[in-house]
Amino acid sequence: MSLIELHNIKKSYKLDGFDLRILKGINLSIEKGEFVAIMGPSGSGKSTLMNILGCLDTPSSGNYILDGQNIEKLTPDELAHIRNQKIGFVFQGFNLLPRTTAIENVELPMVYASVKEEVRKSKAKEALEKVGLKSRMYHLPNQLSGGQQQRVAIARAIVNEAPLIFADEPTGNLDTKMSVEIMKLFTELNKEMGRTIILVTHEEDIAAYADRIIKIVDGEINSDIKNPQVK
Amino acid sequence: MIDAKTTFSIALRAIKANKSRSVLTSLGIIIGVAAVIIMLAIGNGAQLSIQEDMKTMGSNILTVRSGTSTSGGKRMGHGTQPSMKASDGDAIQERIKEIYLAAPLLNDTAQLVHGNANWSTSVTGTDNRYFQIKEWNLAYGRFFSVTDLKNAAKVVILGSTVVGELFGDMDPLGKTIRIKGIPFTVIGVLETRGLSSNGSDQDDIVYIPLSTAQKKVIGIAFPDMVKSITLQAVDAQSTYTAEAKIRTLLRQRHNLGNHKEDDFVIRNLTQMMEMRENSSKVLTILLGSIASISLLVGGIGIMNIMLVSVTERTREIGIRMAIGAKSWDIRLQFLTEALVLSLIGGFIGVVCGLSGVWVVSHFSSFKAVVSLNYIILPFTFSGMVGLFFGFYPAYKASLLNPITALRYE
Repeated sequence: MSLIELHNIKKSYKLDGFDLRILKGINLSIEKGEFVAIMGPSGSGKSTLMNILGCLDTPSSGNYILDGQNIEKLTPDELAHIRNQKIGFVFQGFNLLPRTTAIENVELPMVYASVKEEVRKSKAKEALEKVGLKSRMYHLPNQLSGGQQQRVAIARAIVNEAPLIFADEPTGNLDTKMSVEIMKLFTELNKEMGRTIILVTHEEDIAAYADRIIKIVDGEINSDIKNPQVK
Repeated sequence: MIDAKTTFSIALRAIKANKSRSVLTSLGIIIGVAAVIIMLAIGNGAQLSIQEDMKTMGSNILTVRSGTSTSGGKRMGHGTQPSMKASDGDAIQERIKEIYLAAPLLNDTAQLVHGNANWSTSVTGTDNRYFQIKEWNLAYGRFFSVTDLKNAAKVVILGSTVVGELFGDMDPLGKTIRIKGIPFTVIGVLETRGLSSNGSDQDDIVYIPLSTAQKKVIGIAFPDMVKSITLQAVDAQSTYTAEAKIRTLLRQRHNLGNHKEDDFVIRNLTQMMEMRENSSKVLTILLGSIASISLLVGGIGIMNIMLVSVTERTREIGIRMAIGAKSWDIRLQFLTEALVLSLIGGFIGVVCGLSGVWVVSHFSSFKAVVSLNYIILPFTFSGMVGLFFGFYPAYKASLLNPITALRYE
């Protein structure tokens, strides 16, 4: 069974009495271990699709099955639990907690999963080591470069052993050199650790790291192709 | 669910991150708690001093004094028309079951002389029942003997102030002093009682047998005259029931017709004391309540700052929610922060309150006494205030939508 199955997902908002249809029936399935890039111009419904896929939002209609579980009718708290257990987020703006050390930021998903403190510490260290930041464990976010902050965020995304990693424009705030490093790290996580990665981007050369590229235009899937030249 | 230790460390970090704001927020609670403690201590002190007065006065006391006289249309004060006899007291003690003891008193001011020293003080004729009612013991010496009382012996028991004035450091026992020129032998010295609640020196007094006072020292208008009678009832309730019975008995004994006014005045000291005690209790409650209002205002301050804090940290809340915090986790985080803030305030408030109490009791005429309850109560109250006023901001935070919260700048 696929890790993600979307059946006729629709999302609309009421705006001044009009129904604003953002997603017009998305059908999609993503297998475990895939590295998928979702592309599309702004206003295409790309962000809305990402919010639904990331269990931050629920669809107006349609079915969403994540890892065998129907999630379209779950309460906010149940969604929080799913996000905690199955999904790791990496955002464009890093979204680390300020005044909180790197290791404590990485521990956060485990705090909400009620993992014991000793286990939390050792797993967080392991994750930071994996992203190459072992020496910066006790630094605060404002003492780290953008690339390092994004590595902390990636460590936070993988630490709970979530099968799915969600990256929303992860290189948007980084220069080219750092972008390449971060994308290499994603490829490594995908190839070596078997994590499923969904990458949302509007940059062709970032999408080029993925195995499969899905383009969204005007609330519908415009193309869904295998990447012929994976970077 | 997030564990308690982590919850507290998150709260402490947030409080430390905004030190000056946290201090200002707690200030309301600090002042509130300190005010409650000081006010309760002052009220408590007032109550204790009343209770002390009651102890020196004796318990369940009534007094009967002679009534007023009218001379040429001018009404004179209580006791100006002598009407009481020592035998009235004996009759009351014997016939009214609520009354346990009755001590007659006949007093006047007189000059006392010993050698070169002399001193003017109150000379009171009474018998041993008076000391029994006042629960007043001898420092040394003896009380009056039966023969002293019967034969109008010239013996005297001194208050400690008089001893100091006439004898200095000398042992007064067995020495002779002159009262209005008549020689008296000192047979006892009373324990020191100190000042009464109205500031008069309770030890500046001497006691002689009633018969001696009547026959040799103080002029009387008719045989067996006394100025007042001090009565002790068996219990506090009896002081009320005894009052009416005493009135009936005395009217009968003084042959007062139906239309004649009482020629005596009955005072129920227990009742007066109870009223004083009640009013000081009311005062304590009043002071405490007013101070509690400042604690409430402090709570509103906490709510205010927590609301600001929730808005400022919208993005943090979004991150936590995206990562898996449930609404309860967010609520708990902000509730704990409010609680910790108010408990820290409460603790500092207790310290300030205790220092305040020390200052008040050392540098003002108020007596302020702290009891453990008066510390625990406002401290607990401050915690409750924190929880109560922290709830709304915490609830508001937990209702945030993670998507909008994450986008918040």
